[in-house]
Amino acid sequence: MAENTLAIELKGISKAFGPVQANKDINIAVPKGTIHGIIGENGAGKSTLMSILYGFYRADAGQIFVGGRLTAIPDSQSAIRAGIGMVFQHFKLVQNFTVLENVILGAEDGPLLNTSLSKARKVLEGLSRDYELDVDPDALIEDLSVGHLQRVEILKALYRQADILILDEPTGVLTPDEADHLFRILKGLKDQGKTVILITHKLREIMEATDNVSVMRRGTMVATVKTAETSPERLAELMVGRKVLLEVEKKPATPGKVVLKVDDLRVRDEHKVERLKGVSFEIRAGEILGIAGVAGNGQSELLAALGGMMRATGKVTLQGTDLPLSGKGSDGQSRRRAGIAHVPEDRHHYGLILDFSAWENVAFGYFNEPEYQKNALFMDNDALRDDTRRKMEKYDVRPPDCWLPAKSFSGGNQQKIVVAREMEQNPELLLIGQPTRGVDIGAIEFIHKQIIALRDQGKAILLVSVELDEIMSMSDRIAVMFDGRLMGFRDPEETDERELGMMMAGMAGKRSGQGEAA
Amino acid sequence: MDRLPRWADVALVPLVSLILAGIIAALVLLSIGQSPVEAFRVMVDGALGSAYGWGYTLYYTTSFIFTGLAVTIAFHAGLFNIGGEGQAQLGGLGVALVALSLDWPHWTLALTAATVGAAVFGAVWAGIPAYLQAKRGSHIVITTIMFNYIAAALLVYLLVDVLRPAGQMDPASPRFPEGAKLPALNDIPVINLIFQKAVPANVTLFIALAMAVVVWAILWRTRLGYQIRAFGKSEPAARYAGINPVFIIMVSMLLSGGLAGMMSINNVMGEAERLLQNSSEGAGFIGIAVALMGRNHPIGVVLAALLFGFLYQGGAELGLWTSIPIEMRIVVQGLVILFTGALDVMVRMLLTRAFGLLRSQKLGAA
Repeated sequence: MAENTLAIELKGISKAFGPVQANKDINIAVPKGTIHGIIGENGAGKSTLMSILYGFYRADAGQIFVGGRLTAIPDSQSAIRAGIGMVFQHFKLVQNFTVLENVILGAEDGPLLNTSLSKARKVLEGLSRDYELDVDPDALIEDLSVGHLQRVEILKALYRQADILILDEPTGVLTPDEADHLFRILKGLKDQGKTVILITHKLREIMEATDNVSVMRRGTMVATVKTAETSPERLAELMVGRKVLLEVEKKPATPGKVVLKVDDLRVRDEHKVERLKGVSFEIRAGEILGIAGVAGNGQSELLAALGGMMRATGKVTLQGTDLPLSGKGSDGQSRRRAGIAHVPEDRHHYGLILDFSAWENVAFGYFNEPEYQKNALFMDNDALRDDTRRKMEKYDVRPPDCWLPAKSFSGGNQQKIVVAREMEQNPELLLIGQPTRGVDIGAIEFIHKQIIALRDQGKAILLVSVELDEIMSMSDRIAVMFDGRLMGFRDPEETDERELGMMMAGMAGKRSGQGEAA
Repeated sequence: MDRLPRWADVALVPLVSLILAGIIAALVLLSIGQSPVEAFRVMVDGALGSAYGWGYTLYYTTSFIFTGLAVTIAFHAGLFNIGGEGQAQLGGLGVALVALSLDWPHWTLALTAATVGAAVFGAVWAGIPAYLQAKRGSHIVITTIMFNYIAAALLVYLLVDVLRPAGQMDPASPRFPEGAKLPALNDIPVINLIFQKAVPANVTLFIALAMAVVVWAILWRTRLGYQIRAFGKSEPAARYAGINPVFIIMVSMLLSGGLAGMMSINNVMGEAERLLQNSSEGAGFIGIAVALMGRNHPIGVVLAALLFGFLYQGGAELGLWTSIPIEMRIVVQGLVILFTGALDVMVRMLLTRAFGLLRSQKLGAA
């Protein structure tokens, strides 16, 4: 029995990228028929380890045992042959193929498709029945929701007879309901004797779904414990290496005058599809309005329209002044002059120029500020660098080297650069999207504190996040967005994840009217 | 993950690329029964072995600095200006119209006015594709290529039917007035101690070098350059920062076209002293290679322009003194462009791997 009890065993795995040691002598044993969680901050080496297991990278040293047998995994084909399947964070599906076609892609039995397709159809029916994986095999991928796409990825792995399934941050794009469904599927897989490895940074999921959990920190495996015998606080401490505050500490808000008033805001994308279908709300001074919702329901367009990146219709008033929503005066520069700072959702795409140094990024959006000009002709780069050093120190950006290009900083430190730049402009309104996406726990704590501090200075804050925990702990008022509309406003004290989850899925009507501050 | 040390990235990569290009060129020469050693000797002797050779090398270099800078500034805005050739030809038209417009009392006045004329004509010629790109989304690579042909056709028409003096056989403008004659390096005091024979390199060289400084200052010291570079790196991010894409596309292309046009002071006013058909002789295209090899930095552009100046002059010497066909010059240039431009990534990858190995061996030894 003994040699059969372990599905995966890694012994002494090491991997270096140049001078960076991504994995250092990693040992991990995953018992068969369990759900095994791997957590760690960004850059802790989780993805590298899983990439080695799936054959994307070759380890510099160490051995991989699959089902007790020493196995070489030089490429992903060998991983599949060894019974390992992987569901990536970003799905790898062909948009204009059906579910069935995607499932057999790369696993066809012969040159004729029909035999493979009919065989796959039977297998899929069986799998769907066994694991609550109900997906219409003839549906086109482009018509499916994110939750369904993920199930297709799982089906793909199971069709290839995977006994060990690795999921990389699977819930980032799911509603709470869809996430629950996913965990039910995983439990079903486990009951059938399959082994699941779940990579996540969400402590709650680890606690809910896993049997054992391994914690990684800076390339090493810090601990492997039974989930039942640990606590979120203990895991967070292991991940960061010091005690962290998981709960956000904040005083009750003292909302003042209305800073931002949005009335019937509508946005169309470049394909003329209406993405924002008449959104109205207010934010007062000293208040955080949190927008909850599954990604892609119009939150990005809301930030883009208010931040001057997309033209819109409707009426937006900032401290009594109407803001132009298209044409002259509707660009990002004008918005900044009007007192709106914007930490965009996607810092790599919008918030930073990754090839620019830190000091060049600190001027981004504010290059017209008089303090950065030497004279009419030239910029004062020295002043800018001094300013950057000051901000880097205040926001504890590491390493504090203003010449380093933005791409060389970790996710958390990149975000600190953006947050420092935007908050230090002392705006009246801060738009902040996914403030802690891809940010390590230590930095999350810091960024949350900064947002609360800005609120307590009497500024208005619009917080958009797909992390429901974040919305619930940070917001003074919550609005839920679905399909380009606000489904209603809730007081975080009087609502729960269940109710918000229903609203995020488009169910539940309006309860508390047009959302005056409670 | 592995990264090259900066010195290797800046100096070693182009050097290795050049050596590889040289090796292949040598093999080609061997295969047609010529001696590569002899060919190299003739090239170096002819282009760099005498002040006279340098006078030609620097003349070509001057043109290439302008067109290289033109490509560089557009490149930083994320725009690939292939139209340097056409812009240079239009710049030549600007120079000719200015030079022929009056009897210039002194060359400094003529030079100033001709510089403006060249830059304006080149800029306008680049401005049309820029406008089409900015407002209509017509791809600038396609439009600038087409504008090269339009420019060539336009100049044929103008030189044959409009500018050609009655009774002259070749399609060219009349000779410029004496007052528009630019001093060559052999006409300038002190410098003429070095250049004792008449050479085509002229005062435009100093304008080119000054422009390299100006381009550097614009790109890295002004708000405009900051916006150009930001826009070039990431258009969505530029939109987030409130940078106006139309403005950046227009301004960077106007600057680019202006620089390409200014090249014509060198060849039209400084050397030919009249406007000839196909006056720019491909220098607009060489500018692309120069910018690529110079890593889109003005210092790199000046050095790469010097290299291509050497290849041009050395290649011409090959045709004069050896039985190596003149086309070999084009082969060598092609190989240099291929290795320093297109295969640059390959060389960098190999070197990165070599450095990585070296480093891990050092770690192992320690």
